[in-house]
Amino acid sequence: MATVTITVNGKPETREVENRTLLVQFLREHLGLTGTHVGCDTSQCGACVVHIDGYSAKSCTMLATQVNGSNVKTIEGLANGEELHPMQAAFRENHGLQCGFCTPGMVMSSVDLLRVNPKPNEQEIRGWLEGNICRCTGYHNIVKAIAACAETMAKG
Amino acid sequence: MYNFNYHQAKSVDDATKLLTGVEEGKLMAGGMTLIPTLKQRLAKPSDIVDLGKIADLKGIKKDGNNIVIGAMTRHFDVANSDVVKSAIPALAYLAGHIGDPAVRNRGTIGGSIANNDPAADYPSSVLALNATIVTNKRKIAGDDFFKGLFETALEEGEIITGVSFPIPEKAAYMKFPNPASRYAIVGVFVAKTGGNVRVGVTGAGPVAYRQKDYEAALAKSFTPDAIKGIVQKDTGLNSDIHASAEYRAHLVNVMARRAVTAAG
Repeated sequence: MATVTITVNGKPETREVENRTLLVQFLREHLGLTGTHVGCDTSQCGACVVHIDGYSAKSCTMLATQVNGSNVKTIEGLANGEELHPMQAAFRENHGLQCGFCTPGMVMSSVDLLRVNPKPNEQEIRGWLEGNICRCTGYHNIVKAIAACAETMAKG
Repeated sequence: MYNFNYHQAKSVDDATKLLTGVEEGKLMAGGMTLIPTLKQRLAKPSDIVDLGKIADLKGIKKDGNNIVIGAMTRHFDVANSDVVKSAIPALAYLAGHIGDPAVRNRGTIGGSIANNDPAADYPSSVLALNATIVTNKRKIAGDDFFKGLFETALEEGEIITGVSFPIPEKAAYMKFPNPASRYAIVGVFVAKTGGNVRVGVTGAGPVAYRQKDYEAALAKSFTPDAIKGIVQKDTGLNSDIHASAEYRAHLVNVMARRAVTAAG
């Protein structure tokens, strides 16, 4: 067992965990933050993407102990109270989701894309989403949503 | 996954101490291969020593005519490094096409090379660029490092600290990726320095290798046509659900020609 303190969405959380506890289990089972999903559980689908100290990572392929002392942001920490993050608003506006299962990971990955590349072209958006799989939308509206969000955020 | 003892190493020396005397110790770099392996219960280490917090192992610098990359440097950092992009753009390209962005944000060069997956990208560049693997004990020439399927020259308790890549005159990497995993079905790294050409092939066989017939032909004429007629035999190449040995052999030639064209 190990004691870890991880700051999740701005709040330090200290828990006793097994050494083998995955970060996604820590978030979902220890903290009850079920917005982060487990899709494939083999680090391919991207439903579990969260931010670790600002960059995107697959929480199903990390141990909670590896991020002891780090800042983690999940989909629950993205909105400002009732006000959606521009990426969440863009997904809603552009119908960038159907069943919604992949959406938390899609949104977290997309936010990281705009951090690294604030004005991505369509090819760059599609390339960035290689690690996020959606079985409903055919990606088209997800790509539209991200492009729209980039435009909104550029305007400030 | 099975449970294990977990240790966070403060330094390379600390890591070697933590490995000493344990039943079955395993080093963890980014964990992008190790954690999936543990989840499938394909490995059962008694102790995991995490190298993630050793700051000395991270970073990229130019040292004379070499680019030296710390073992715990992430693929994202190699792909986006101005130093790498200006000195060996082919290496930045390679790093930027490993897995997907979230994997590149965690996976490291040292972890990839130590694991020596037959479909990993980096081994081709180590061979083609004539890189040197630096460990806590010695320096190992790239040509002597990759021994076989998931097998390297690393000894018990030996830890990669960095990789030194001589800067070539020109180079390029081309891969035919598995569309799901982005691992190389075949990847070919071509590098030219003066009259010397080296060709590293990954994904095709059980371990990365140099295609010396191509090297000799390209040293005489650095053009795609120079190797077009040189058949890569399929004997001993990998055959699986993704591609037959025959198809992989064909791809080696196609990827090599594309790499020569890209290198210009």
